[in-house]
Amino acid sequence: MAWFRKDRRPRTSQRERLEIPADVWDKCEACGQVAPKDKFTRALGVCAECGHHRRVEAAEYLNILADEGTWVALDGKLKSVDALGFEHYKDRLAASLKKASSSDAVFTGTARLDGMPVHLAVMDFRFMGGSMGSVVGEKIARLAQRSVDKRVPLIIVSASGGARMQEGVLSLMQLAKTSVVIAQLREHGIPFISICTNPTTGGTTASYAMQGDVILAEPGAVIGFAGPRVIKQTIGQDLPEGFQTAEFLLEHGMVDAVVARGLLRATCAQILRLLRGAPAREGEMAPTGAAPEDGT
Amino acid sequence: MASYALEFEKPIAELERQIDELKRLATDRELDVQREIAPLAEKLALLRSEIYRNLTPYQRVQVARHPRRPYTLDYLHGVFSDFVELHGDRLFRDDPAIVGGLARLDGQSVVVIGQQKGRDTKDNLRRNFGMPHPEGYRKALRLMKMAERFGLPVVTLIDTPGAFPGLGAEERGQAEAIARNIEEMAVLRTPIVAVIIGEGGSGGALAIAVGDRVLMFENSVYSVISPEGCAAILWRDASLRERAAESLKLTAPDLIGLGVVDEIIPEPAGGAHADPEAAALALGPVLKRHLAELVRVRPEKLVRRRAEKYLRMGKFEEA
Repeated sequence: MAWFRKDRRPRTSQRERLEIPADVWDKCEACGQVAPKDKFTRALGVCAECGHHRRVEAAEYLNILADEGTWVALDGKLKSVDALGFEHYKDRLAASLKKASSSDAVFTGTARLDGMPVHLAVMDFRFMGGSMGSVVGEKIARLAQRSVDKRVPLIIVSASGGARMQEGVLSLMQLAKTSVVIAQLREHGIPFISICTNPTTGGTTASYAMQGDVILAEPGAVIGFAGPRVIKQTIGQDLPEGFQTAEFLLEHGMVDAVVARGLLRATCAQILRLLRGAPAREGEMAPTGAAPEDGT
Repeated sequence: MASYALEFEKPIAELERQIDELKRLATDRELDVQREIAPLAEKLALLRSEIYRNLTPYQRVQVARHPRRPYTLDYLHGVFSDFVELHGDRLFRDDPAIVGGLARLDGQSVVVIGQQKGRDTKDNLRRNFGMPHPEGYRKALRLMKMAERFGLPVVTLIDTPGAFPGLGAEERGQAEAIARNIEEMAVLRTPIVAVIIGEGGSGGALAIAVGDRVLMFENSVYSVISPEGCAAILWRDASLRERAAESLKLTAPDLIGLGVVDEIIPEPAGGAHADPEAAALALGPVLKRHLAELVRVRPEKLVRRRAEKYLRMGKFEEA
């Protein structure tokens, strides 16, 4: 049968081979779509094909929400301490400090959003899973207090697995500490927008993430009190499709709107203006209430 | 009683059995065994205090979860009078894992709210092992707001493994219910005294435990996560619960040290389950003392002090 075979000669390229670095392409975790990496970056980590919102660095939210060059960080010198003598906590803190760009699991600071002064807190999931310990509680409480004092709206972007185990009950007390100040915000009528990103669970959800005057969520974000694994273990059966996603919470009345990452800024701006009774700004983008069909 | 003995309580149970045996023998045969019993009883008391003085943190967790430990309703009947239970959150249903209502403490009207565990399997299924759903927390909040309207102090009794992690609980906003309670309690314009009577299980406990005073029974525990959960997450092995219990600093003396708890209520020898009546007798006067101090404070001042107290909580460095 040798006559059947095609004579195989190695094909040699006529051109000089184009050097393409291996990391130029990126693949969407949700739909498998392959696209140039910078396309993902330009789309703020959102897949153009399926609208999947991948987790982006905490610092990225400063670009997304704050007007260029207006961000001023606050309380960057607060450092976690190993108050309980919890094994390996110091090592984990040191490792997280190396990995993350923040001093703990939240950035706080002042900025302008569409020209309006805002106080902004962004949780950093890379720092020990965005866990809330004494430093996170203190930074959020100070920022919220500043909002009360200066009558400036507060925006918190959450990304957190919950309270930080290694600080024991002191972490739990941060739920109460932050709530004390959020209660004052409410009393003084200072707007507070909570933005839940993937994931927002545990003590973070059981405090400020669910205390916003308006609660927004990114598409597909897992938001809940107990983690899916714990619930699965408790009820001994698989969880329904889409359980604890932003869309599930919207349907059950727990968040005000699911907003694509690219529309967060416009949505916050519009809500803040409406709450103040300020007139619409020219060219103001109308944000959608439900998850947008086009996934942008 | 003996069948509920914890591992480290076995020597106590054994001695108790011997004494009971002797007593039975005495009645059966009309013998006087007082001379034999007296030294045994003395030995028992000594053994009890010896064992209970040296409990490890995990043994304390076991005592806090003891199936014979007094629960909220036991204290409601042992410490308070004229209890009228009030049901329901007016939104979804009544959650039997939280009980609450009006009562009197030595003549003073109060609102009492607490998690309630079941005594047996059937009761536990109804009470969901003391793990509330959102409607339980919303009922608690409804009663607290009522207390505020009528100027009545609030007493909360905390005893829960945690808020229930289930489908319905998530659908109905477990996190929101807890978050709301914590926020509302922070600014409630009436005195709140919270008492950890057994297990203080994380957010599910804190949702009714924000108070002007937080008290803890000697062998109760209060933690951000159960020792089993902590061990499973950190070391992927729930059997390392002893180590986790040590690390979490969840005993009453630990929490006094961390500034989270204001006072420890001593338990009778051998733990509250050895003598529930004595435990109730210990709680009454302590509650009365704290309430007497708090009812004299103007609401504005009360709320300000409460805020200051919680704003101080936590440990960090500022370089």
